[in-house]
Amino acid sequence: MPLIPVVLWTDALVFILLALGVGFGIYAAQHEHLRAPWRQVLHTRTGVITLLVLSSYALIGILDTVHLRLKLPPTTAAAPAQYAPEVVSLLDLALHGLRERQEKTYSAPLATHLFTKEVIEQPDGTLRRDYPRLLHGGRHLTAPASERSADLGWRTVRGAVKGLASWALLTGGILWLVARRRGEPLAQYWLALRRSPHLQPGRTALITLAVLMSIGFIAAELAAAYHLFGTDKVGEDVFYQALKSVRTGLLIGTLTTLVMLPAALLLGIAAGYFRGWVDDLIQYLYTTLNSIPGVLLIAAAILLLQVYLANHASEFTSAVERADLRLLFLCLILGVTSWTGLCRLLRGEALKLREVDYVQAAQALGVGHFTIITRHLLPNVLHIVLITVVLDFSGLVLAEAVLSYVNIGVDPTMNSWGNMINSARLELAREPVVWWSLTAAFIFMFVLVLAANLFADVVRDAFDPRLR
Amino acid sequence: MIAYLVRRALYALPILIGVNLLTFILFFVVNSPDDMARMQLGDKRVTQAAVDSWKQERGYDRPLLLNPTATGIAQFTDTIFFEKSVRLFVFQFGTSDAGRDISYDISQRMWPSLAIAVPVLLVGLALNISYALLIVLLRATYVDLASTVLLVALLSISGLFYIIGGQFLLSKLLHLAPISGYDTGINAWKFLVLPVLIGVVSGIGAGTRWYRTLFLEESSKDYVRTARAKGLSELRVLVRHILGNALIPILTGVVVILPLLFMGSLLTESFFGIPGLGSYTIDAISNQDFAIVRAMVFLGAVLYIIGLILTDLSYTLVDPRVRLQ
Repeated sequence: MPLIPVVLWTDALVFILLALGVGFGIYAAQHEHLRAPWRQVLHTRTGVITLLVLSSYALIGILDTVHLRLKLPPTTAAAPAQYAPEVVSLLDLALHGLRERQEKTYSAPLATHLFTKEVIEQPDGTLRRDYPRLLHGGRHLTAPASERSADLGWRTVRGAVKGLASWALLTGGILWLVARRRGEPLAQYWLALRRSPHLQPGRTALITLAVLMSIGFIAAELAAAYHLFGTDKVGEDVFYQALKSVRTGLLIGTLTTLVMLPAALLLGIAAGYFRGWVDDLIQYLYTTLNSIPGVLLIAAAILLLQVYLANHASEFTSAVERADLRLLFLCLILGVTSWTGLCRLLRGEALKLREVDYVQAAQALGVGHFTIITRHLLPNVLHIVLITVVLDFSGLVLAEAVLSYVNIGVDPTMNSWGNMINSARLELAREPVVWWSLTAAFIFMFVLVLAANLFADVVRDAFDPRLR
Repeated sequence: MIAYLVRRALYALPILIGVNLLTFILFFVVNSPDDMARMQLGDKRVTQAAVDSWKQERGYDRPLLLNPTATGIAQFTDTIFFEKSVRLFVFQFGTSDAGRDISYDISQRMWPSLAIAVPVLLVGLALNISYALLIVLLRATYVDLASTVLLVALLSISGLFYIIGGQFLLSKLLHLAPISGYDTGINAWKFLVLPVLIGVVSGIGAGTRWYRTLFLEESSKDYVRTARAKGLSELRVLVRHILGNALIPILTGVVVILPLLFMGSLLTESFFGIPGLGSYTIDAISNQDFAIVRAMVFLGAVLYIIGLILTDLSYTLVDPRVRLQ
């Protein structure tokens, strides 16, 4: 085998989450009352655009979640297969060039020369202090000063053309499939798509896709020969770091909710349904947890994890594994601090629902508590769960950056926007300013959070029965 | 009223005990004081003697819950649980792991925190409410649409960006305010302008959106239609009727955080070098000073509960229908 797959703890949870998502999608598609709100989401322009943007982030994140170890080239013919100790992801393989092309230190975005002066030996043997050429960025240019802008422009155009061409191919394929399923000629369907107000979401989706694919191809074209967002202090490509951080951001936003969901659902519904001492106990539990300032609880838990890791260093085979455990633990503890809000909402809803006629009828007919909860209460609070999950997502992504700044976030060796900001913020004091690491991290974060916030609004409008 | 307060205070007691037990378990049971000492002393091959002396200096050398060597009541009092956790109930925070008096530090550092948090709260409140009222007044116009977009964008920007960007733009490029630092007495104002400004700006997105939702919800109610039908001007309806009735949810949000203002803001204070409780907490976290973190957890919980009680009391002031008994 040329590789062995590696499944980290968070990877496994992501796969579970994906399976749950697909399962829920299939279930929802078969039930009209669940399909209707989603159709409403997809019939708003914001809904379609944000969903596509979020999907592109998700695609990067999922590619980065499939981890493996590559086979090393055999030393002798008879030797047993050896595998590289380093764990890489599919994204690493796709960005192979970006990961390897390391410079000496800072360089500006799309630069051909290093950011700091060095002593360079001239061909005639004399020494001169100047900005040296980069090892990789703009390597193919012979006279960078005159050729660079033309080369950049040419690459941008080529990227845009490539992007639009692949978009046209993809669109053609999709349209052909849809037209065949509807039994219409392709040309007629195309005309309908351009005119009909009924197909507005489809138009929006295609235009968004065109923009996204052009941006993607232009970025790929430029990143192939330059450092799109420059390089950081140790010369690592900032664009690569920002892409790698996508997974961390998405994981914090989704896994946190996943780990808190069972507890919040179970306790919230139990408190509202059973009332009495169960209610008192659960209320006490969440009031106590809620009264501890969230940051301090996280800090305390992470400090303790650090003590544990420091004293049990030998139990981890690789740094990736340790960083992964810390990420999982962070999700857990963030979940502990944030489940109380959902729990309270669910309790209130369950209190209301237990007085509804059909629940009373079920009780009168002797239906068991468990059946009542799973058949009658659970489906009726799912919209609250969904809205909370989507609303919490953006807050958690932003929280990651803040926590990493306080050093109680993800492992310092892990790629994350918070770590990027944390290590780059002192560089603003330099003269001239090193601004690109911060900018890249903030842009990636802003686009994700903005899309998530807009999407959350659309989802809330579609699912909240009070707003319907 | 008095009876209500007493009952609420008694109800708070088990919660505080819960918080206390939780921190005790987190800090002393999950990881023993030995682990802490090793971590603090840094080296893996640290001698047991060094660990013991570190523990003794800080009073961590007692048994956790029960001291069999002592006699009488001292069996319970001469323990880590009593010395380090139970004493928190009477606000005896003891000394930090670095040897400083925590209560004194808190009493000193509280004021700079308040000097930032109170203006941020007041200015932010006034600004957000007036902006939200303006949006509701001009609803279904381009102002409304543009504001909605602007607010979502503001909301999506990381808090770190506001601080780093504001510091860079206003202090480094325009030299309008000092980058960081603090001064005693009235001279502190020029160090406060920038953090307060940034605090207010970073809160506009979330704050205004929240008030806008409140006002819109309120404006769809029957009494508003009645008021309009009577021929009242839109502005009067907005300020007298809608704002007046929206005061209850506004108060719930504001009063509950009032006591927590003492805790200060972690990010702002540490970025601007302001010696408040927020930067105190951050320093404690990065120096791994467990005594301070424990004290702040307890203080935060107490302040949160006070906030909840204050919220209930404030209802009686704005809503005559609410009676506490």
